[in-house]
Amino acid sequence: MIKIDHLSKTFKTKNGSVEALKDVSLEVKKGGIFGVIGYSGAGKSTLIRNVNLLEKPTSGTVSIDGTDITSLSAGELLKARRKIGMIFQGFNLLKTATVYDNVAIPLKLTGVPKKDIKERVNRFLSIVGLSDKADTYPAQLSGGQKQRVAIARALSHEPEVLLSDEGTSALDPDTTDAILDLLLRINKELGITILLITHEMHVIQRVCDSVAVMENGEVVEKGKTIDVFTSPKHGTTKKFVNGIFNHQLSDEMIESLKETGKIYSLKFTGDSSEEPALAIITKRFDIFPNILSGNITQLKEDPFGSLLVHFKGADNEIKEAINYLQEKGIQTEEVMTYEQSKRIS
Amino acid sequence: MSKVNAFLEEWGSYLWVALIETFQMVSISLVISILIGLPLGILLVLTRPGKSLENHFLNRFLNIIINVIRSIPFIILLFFMLPFTKFVVGTTIGVKGVIVPLVVFTAPYIARLMETSLLEVDRGVVEAYEAMGIKTKDIIWNVMVREARPSIILGLTIATIGLIGATAMAGLVGAGGLGDLAYRFGHLRYEPSVMYTTVAVLIILVQGLQSLGNVVAAKLKKD
Repeated sequence: MIKIDHLSKTFKTKNGSVEALKDVSLEVKKGGIFGVIGYSGAGKSTLIRNVNLLEKPTSGTVSIDGTDITSLSAGELLKARRKIGMIFQGFNLLKTATVYDNVAIPLKLTGVPKKDIKERVNRFLSIVGLSDKADTYPAQLSGGQKQRVAIARALSHEPEVLLSDEGTSALDPDTTDAILDLLLRINKELGITILLITHEMHVIQRVCDSVAVMENGEVVEKGKTIDVFTSPKHGTTKKFVNGIFNHQLSDEMIESLKETGKIYSLKFTGDSSEEPALAIITKRFDIFPNILSGNITQLKEDPFGSLLVHFKGADNEIKEAINYLQEKGIQTEEVMTYEQSKRIS
Repeated sequence: MSKVNAFLEEWGSYLWVALIETFQMVSISLVISILIGLPLGILLVLTRPGKSLENHFLNRFLNIIINVIRSIPFIILLFFMLPFTKFVVGTTIGVKGVIVPLVVFTAPYIARLMETSLLEVDRGVVEAYEAMGIKTKDIIWNVMVREARPSIILGLTIATIGLIGATAMAGLVGAGGLGDLAYRFGHLRYEPSVMYTTVAVLIILVQGLQSLGNVVAAKLKKD
């Protein structure tokens, strides 16, 4: 549906040029929800703004449903953009217009017949659950309600694609979840393909089928969400995954525990979370696992668990036990102090 | 009471005529100045770097022209422009003759005020409309000008009050008005009561305008 091919973007500034995107390629499947995650400054906002050409790429192409939009004339681009909805972190509503007008004005300006406008506005306001707020002004709405208006406005053009530029980043956790559920619903019920960018792992976990991790203008890892986050390869991806489990050990703690064995972080997904693997290895090998912390969460529909375990025992026994766990499909990674991990990478 | 009546008997008709002349000068030149100043203000914003009609040369040019005109005090502009006024309207005296310099004086001022108002409009909203495939000309009217309305109204209030001040000098080319009345009768012929009354009328006028502007702006502002 959306195909981003070798996209690069360089900004010229007074102090030289900044490469915001370096050879980014991505493909968003029709009907999917694709998330791009990265810390601020990673280039994800530039990326999404290149998809509807709010920013012009320096090189590379973006095609939507087979049409290369980077080669369109100005007039064709206007038409193409009408099929690409977009929501923003700051909602970007007209302050001086009612909720109804905020949806209706763009429809009028894009030439939707007068008799259809009323029906469409009412239909989409009811989809986002704001039918009763039609006559209020944005200033009287909460952040979540404002974003719902923006979503209704985007959907009212009946787009095939919805872009979300940090659409939930300005909202509190409960409202974020409500908006994410709304996005899931419009993805399922209206079949709209969604490309979103975020810095919150939570957003990816909750709604995205596929994910790309960005850093310094590059995509460092991409694939199905479950695959990328259950076996993260790049440091940034690992940081995001550790972020959701949030078990941090201090270096002092790691040092003292290491004297008597090794610390591993174990990650379970789908099937591997069903077997009592730890109980089995205690019987099979001469080791004493001690659970330091544990957590279970979800990646869209799949359960995803993590344990931080201290294994007490001889090195070779631990090694064999770890091998056994790996065979059972459990991801293992030894936990080291910050200093040590720096030396290795 | 009889004093008031006697005063009105003597000066009432002069005051009334002067008031009408001031209204004429202000309203005609205000309308023309808005017709020139608002598009100019929009152009000033749109030709800025990074905006949709980015044009460094045009932007610089407009800025210089506006700054040059705004540097000249109205009383000097009035005489400096005499040949131009004659060329445009065929006369340099009366209400007709003063409209041209008043417009030349006010339009660039309005352009600046409009520029400031339009720059306050949230860039994000404009971007959202660009992302929806809406034409620049529609964005100008339906997003930029619409969202800037409260601020535009306040700007126009300021411009109108400035314009009333400028019309006081219109008497120098025989256009009459309240300022002229105060100067000729109040000052030259030493009739303090005419001076005070005119000043009072001007104060009421300006106060009323400002209050009206504030009310309208507050009404348009929805946050």
